[in-house]
Amino acid sequence: MDNAIIQLNHITKKFDGEIVLDDITLSVKENEFVTFLGPSGCGKTTTLRIIGGFERPDEGEVYFDGQLINDIPPFKRQLNTVFQKYALFPHLNVYENIAFGLRIKKMDEKTISAKVERMLELFNLKNYGKRRIDQLSGGQQQRIAIARALVNEPKVLLLDEPLGALDLKLRKEMQHELKAMQKQLGITFIYVTHDQEEALTMSDTIVVMNEGIIQQMGSPIDIYNEPENAFVADFIGESNILDGVMIDDYLVEILGKKFECLDSGFGRGEEVDVVIRPEDLDLTPAGEGKLEGIVKSVIFKGVHYEMDIEANGYEFLVHSTDMAPVGTSVGLTLTPDDIHIMKKGD
Amino acid sequence: MKDRTKYFAYPYVVWIIIFIALPMFLVLLYSVTTKESNGLTTIHFTWENFRSFFQPIYLNILWDSIYLAAVSTAICLVLGYPAAYIISKTHESKRNTLLFLCILPMWMNMLLRTYAWMTILGNNGILNNIFAFLGLPKVNMLYTRGATIMGMVYNFIPFMILPIYTALSKMDKAVLEAADDLGANKRTKFIKVILPLSMPGVISGIIMVFMPAVSTFIIPQLLGGNKSMMIGNLVEKLFILNGDWNFGSAISIVMMVIILLSMSIMNKFDVDKEGGARLW
Repeated sequence: MDNAIIQLNHITKKFDGEIVLDDITLSVKENEFVTFLGPSGCGKTTTLRIIGGFERPDEGEVYFDGQLINDIPPFKRQLNTVFQKYALFPHLNVYENIAFGLRIKKMDEKTISAKVERMLELFNLKNYGKRRIDQLSGGQQQRIAIARALVNEPKVLLLDEPLGALDLKLRKEMQHELKAMQKQLGITFIYVTHDQEEALTMSDTIVVMNEGIIQQMGSPIDIYNEPENAFVADFIGESNILDGVMIDDYLVEILGKKFECLDSGFGRGEEVDVVIRPEDLDLTPAGEGKLEGIVKSVIFKGVHYEMDIEANGYEFLVHSTDMAPVGTSVGLTLTPDDIHIMKKGD
Repeated sequence: MKDRTKYFAYPYVVWIIIFIALPMFLVLLYSVTTKESNGLTTIHFTWENFRSFFQPIYLNILWDSIYLAAVSTAICLVLGYPAAYIISKTHESKRNTLLFLCILPMWMNMLLRTYAWMTILGNNGILNNIFAFLGLPKVNMLYTRGATIMGMVYNFIPFMILPIYTALSKMDKAVLEAADDLGANKRTKFIKVILPLSMPGVISGIIMVFMPAVSTFIIPQLLGGNKSMMIGNLVEKLFILNGDWNFGSAISIVMMVIILLSMSIMNKFDVDKEGGARLW
């Protein structure tokens, strides 16, 4: 494939006879920000470790820049990793941690010093060089772990849930910092997370994984708006997933009512999964909606209200800036592009 | 509100006073009094016990003890580190067996184990019989300094292996992977990461071998004969044979000060303050 820096071909991996990765094929383009997203145990970290060289695939090939690297040990690969719990060297200070990779390459002291100082500056850690690792906060350790990897100027940076241990506010800050840095340095980032919001914020491409299988691969907008199956729809944001039947192209029956939609190509009378995002449902006065329901609960979430509204025997999750008190009757409307049709899962 | 839990510490405090503090005080008292002062009323203080220790004949025994203990410790380290490293690398199912084999000899009385070595090393012992069978000349092994060192290495090496093994096995695997990731090959990884991170275990091991080695008297007595008198033998002789408790106590005090000093020097090397050097 053209300008693919990482290419995985039919990767399969078993641990103790249990399949962890099942025929994974994907390619990562140069300067791309790719995120492996999925629940824990879905194989995302294993995929990353195979790229890093810490695990060997049982079957399949790993290509780096067009070269087969299956048999190349991690220390010879031109990529660096930011580990989940940072894995900083506790016996070295901040400066020496960052300089570790450069010293192994036997660079002269002047070059090392220049590179390390530049990193410290980039990460707002000037004057921290002499500090011991255990004297630093989680956020600072995090940045040193990234600096230690980036100082080697890898072609690809692997990040294994690097923000998992940080509090929400710091995490948001670091998300933007990381994204900005990736653009500025022009390095390919492969990022592993279970946090769908993090994936949507930062990625160029998201690879949604579950049970060792790639569920969907695409841009954040595609993944969010056009989930390919119920798992992806459910995992990426909250959603209402209903059973439906295709009456015809562009027409679907849900809960006994017919709705126009934008999907075609299904068989007539085919049973499908229908995904409706909670924020796509709009409240109307009773009697004016496509569906009529009763408000079961209301929770104030800051920006919006989260409501459970029962209509035609289904409890819809609705996010809206409008609010109707518990027990009142309301109508619900939705436009054709709010309805996402998916093939039934097995 | 009164915290009554502190009363639970009282039996322990009493225990410490009776079995540690009081004997220590008596040793100290004996070391600074004359042999003739036999009652509380007739007590005579003197520095003579200490002064008489600082003569070449006794100082040589002291240096020799330190030398033999240091050599034994060094051999324990050279043999023990690779052993600990191999055990820590072994698959979990076999690791416990190996550790068990390390500890197993310690279940037997040290005196018995040392006697066993006498029958192995003796002039008509097992080794010499094997040599004779192979047509080799007899070797005089028992009652040499080499036999003493061997006995100490044999007896104390588990105390070197175990703390190093602990340090190696609790090492964060991710840190080792980070070293791989940053381009370190096996050798570099060992020198720059594994070795420095296992130093607390090495220091604990050195202390736990050196301390009993420097003051042992059974091993040099049984295996070294009269060729290598160590400080422990001297103390034993003064107490048991000569009945000179005062001089023996003074030597014990000198030994204690030397051990404390060497521990505090070790402490300086233990950057992480995790090793046994804190023990002192």
